[in-house]
Amino acid sequence: MKLIFDKSTPGRRAVRTADSDSEVPVPIDRKFLRDEAAELPELSELDVVRHFTELSRKNYGVDTGFYPLGSCTMKYNPKVADLVSQYPGFAELHPLIPQLPGGEVMVQGALAVLRETDRLLSEICGMSAFTMQPLAGAHGELTGAMIIAAYHKHKGNEKTTILIPDSAHGTNPASAAIAGYDVKTVESNADGVIDTAALEDALDDSVAGMMLTCPNTLGLFNRHIKEISELVHTVDGLMYYDGANLNALLGQCRPGEISFDIVHLNLHKTFATPHGGGGPGAGPVGVVERLVDFLPTSVVRERADGSYYLDYDRPRSVGYVAPFYGNFAIVLRAYAYILMLGRQGLVRVSENAVLNANYIMARLKDRYDLPYDRLCMHECIFSASRQTALGVRALNIAKALIDRGFHPMTVYFPLTVPEAMMIEPTETESKETLDAFLDAMIEIADLAESNPASILACPTTTPVGQLDETLAARRPDVAALSRSEGTDDR
Amino acid sequence: MPFIANTDAQRREMLATIGVGGVEDLFADIPPELRCKGLDIPPGLTEQEVRRQIAALGEHNSSGLVSFLGGGFYDHFIPAALGAIVSRSEFYTSYTPYQPEISQGTLQAIYEYQSAICRLTGMEAANASLYDGGTAVYEAIMMSLRITGRRKVIVDDSVSPIYRKMVRSYTNNLGIELLETESAEGLPDRDAIAAQIDDDTAAVIVQNPNFFGCIDDVTDLAELVHARGGLLIVSCYPISLGLLKTPGEMNADIVVGEGQSLGMSVSFGGPYLGFMSTRAKYLRKMPGRVAGRTVDSRGRDGFVLTLQAREQHIRREKATSNICTNEGLCALTSLVYLSLLGKRGLVELSEVCARKADYARSLLLKVPGVTMRFPGRWYFNEFVLNLPIAGDKVIRGLFNRGLAAGFPLGRYFPEMNNCLLVAITEKRTKEEIDFLAHSLEVIL
Repeated sequence: MKLIFDKSTPGRRAVRTADSDSEVPVPIDRKFLRDEAAELPELSELDVVRHFTELSRKNYGVDTGFYPLGSCTMKYNPKVADLVSQYPGFAELHPLIPQLPGGEVMVQGALAVLRETDRLLSEICGMSAFTMQPLAGAHGELTGAMIIAAYHKHKGNEKTTILIPDSAHGTNPASAAIAGYDVKTVESNADGVIDTAALEDALDDSVAGMMLTCPNTLGLFNRHIKEISELVHTVDGLMYYDGANLNALLGQCRPGEISFDIVHLNLHKTFATPHGGGGPGAGPVGVVERLVDFLPTSVVRERADGSYYLDYDRPRSVGYVAPFYGNFAIVLRAYAYILMLGRQGLVRVSENAVLNANYIMARLKDRYDLPYDRLCMHECIFSASRQTALGVRALNIAKALIDRGFHPMTVYFPLTVPEAMMIEPTETESKETLDAFLDAMIEIADLAESNPASILACPTTTPVGQLDETLAARRPDVAALSRSEGTDDR
Repeated sequence: MPFIANTDAQRREMLATIGVGGVEDLFADIPPELRCKGLDIPPGLTEQEVRRQIAALGEHNSSGLVSFLGGGFYDHFIPAALGAIVSRSEFYTSYTPYQPEISQGTLQAIYEYQSAICRLTGMEAANASLYDGGTAVYEAIMMSLRITGRRKVIVDDSVSPIYRKMVRSYTNNLGIELLETESAEGLPDRDAIAAQIDDDTAAVIVQNPNFFGCIDDVTDLAELVHARGGLLIVSCYPISLGLLKTPGEMNADIVVGEGQSLGMSVSFGGPYLGFMSTRAKYLRKMPGRVAGRTVDSRGRDGFVLTLQAREQHIRREKATSNICTNEGLCALTSLVYLSLLGKRGLVELSEVCARKADYARSLLLKVPGVTMRFPGRWYFNEFVLNLPIAGDKVIRGLFNRGLAAGFPLGRYFPEMNNCLLVAITEKRTKEEIDFLAHSLEVIL
């Protein structure tokens, strides 16, 4: 399909700006002006709408069909959350207004949303306070690592290391590293969870904290989690909870009660923001009482008369991590969603997420290898090792699912399982949808035995086949340039 | 129960298949003493109730103010076609495009976005987005450290004070020497910067137009820093690039900025869009996702996420950045916005902004006691006024007349207590500008 730039017709226009009929020359010295206008396409509104509609048809979303991408929580997000996030009372509110003298009174509704969401998330997680500032999950991790650093600095602790299990998301070690820490990996045991003995070996006075996902990326809840927390606390290390998998625990277990000190949540996983093809998300961070002073600036506080204000006077704070108050429109979606679920709805989310995952595991475990054969939480991990022996790898199974109308599961993660296939069905899917998916998985397992070539040929129904990623990386073509920026060297 | 499809009967069937007696049994791994005893959260609301409640909160905000606020975040007109396109659920409800065969829509859009950002900024490579303009400045700094292997960066104080605060938070544990230079008469002070550049300087960071709205040609700064082997990072306002000389033409090495003005509402602080572009030779040092064009097994053109070996999911603690989820839908928004405006439309829009700002400036300067803070400078759509009294007082007075007249600079620049930063977009009408000048005269 042509690039939008190749559809351009000189002189064609879509949007026009009001008051553009002036003949007055532009009031800027010529020496500051660009030589040539940027080579943007020249199109009608219909051209633009058709181009992007055609592109959208080459995409697959949760609204298109089942999307069991493990660790990503691709659940259905109610449309009302999007609707309220666009209410003009919020969408048209300039973030500098509360920084104006007398401006705080003009944003009371928005500050109420931030404060109330803080309260709700704190209750759900057993934390004392949340900041809404982090702009994505990994940004929350970085903020958490900065809070860990601020805490130890305040206490005069010399700490250099953060412990991270081998099954962790790549963002954990990356976030710890860019916050200035060395990363030490802790091995999992045969049950797929942190090995307590390995932890004891790794633990010394240099340990600033430990980052954990719970349930972990294998979908397993570590029964010894509280002991682990207490061990890390013996060296004054802080326990960091990566909330990527909170969907499994809503209303069942609160990170604060299993001795975590810092929590980040991915509002775009658990709390009603669609992923948008890669963001925007939000990664609020919650902390226990002794870390509240280190939260980013500003924080929303409430006066005795019930009015809200922003507190910037916070000498121990890690400082600004976002320009303002976070991805506000995402926080607003989460607020609406939690209000709609209520205390009972939250519990039903985790119950059904876990039920759906265990149902998939039960029905597939005869056909695919199950590295950890025990009840799972919100996601289950298979290995395609049995099929790989027949020449059909996890990636081929993923592509075969595409031809059968499903988005593939996550493959090759976590790194601790060979040919990993990680399936997270989420609570919003029905048994009928799961059954259709399971039938496809069983058919693929059959074909891997009887006709592997038919699986290796997949996908055949997509606008393009398997793409040459090596060529893309070896001779990168990352932009269609116009003449003035240089030439396309491919 | 909201948003759950399975009926009780189906749940019983599924439990039987699993071989457990009840849902409770599925949580057996959580020791009983660690189980939640119940959340102190009110019962759920219906859609009708939640809409009423949130609409009421929205009405507690004064979004009806006629606003002359900018400071890096601008209220531009958003065409209806944009919302219609961006809300298509195939874009909106998809994940990061890890499965390229069913993500060609997102991937081609990212490639086109990267192309548009390159064309706008005069550079050769761009990434798929960063969180916002401030984190983009920080990422550009980290990138300059990787490229040069040096530890010192120089930021001019005409760069947004909010971004400077963010950069300070991110870097204060990293052993980086972060120097701020004081601007002179509204522009970066060449002598002050030259005095600081040495052989350990990774980058100089400037903003154009800068926080005071002044326009600069930083070609000479590029030369200064290049002569010592460092890089020039320019943060810019994309709408101004309809008219202004590009950072590429001025020999910048890394260009970043806040993309909110490209079709996103101000939304009380987000979501926004950080953009980044650079020279082709620095592509592999760039943080974040990048889409690339390639071919499939039958030779057909297609797009993939490429250069992933730089990223956290492969490189873990050695990645160029920890960024994972970025601002995908905001990047798409900006591409659609730029496509709807088109080549002529962006020029026209930026001309209207510049002309209206010039009109506002000339009118406001007729108010007795009001002068330009930086006379002799050139402006795009934002400028700093000297007022005869504190900016804070003026703001309070004009609030009562339904105006957010601008941003008083005393909060970030104590010596500018009587200064007001005023921004004009195409949305401000002649009548509103006239009313601002009239009201200012009345209250002074």
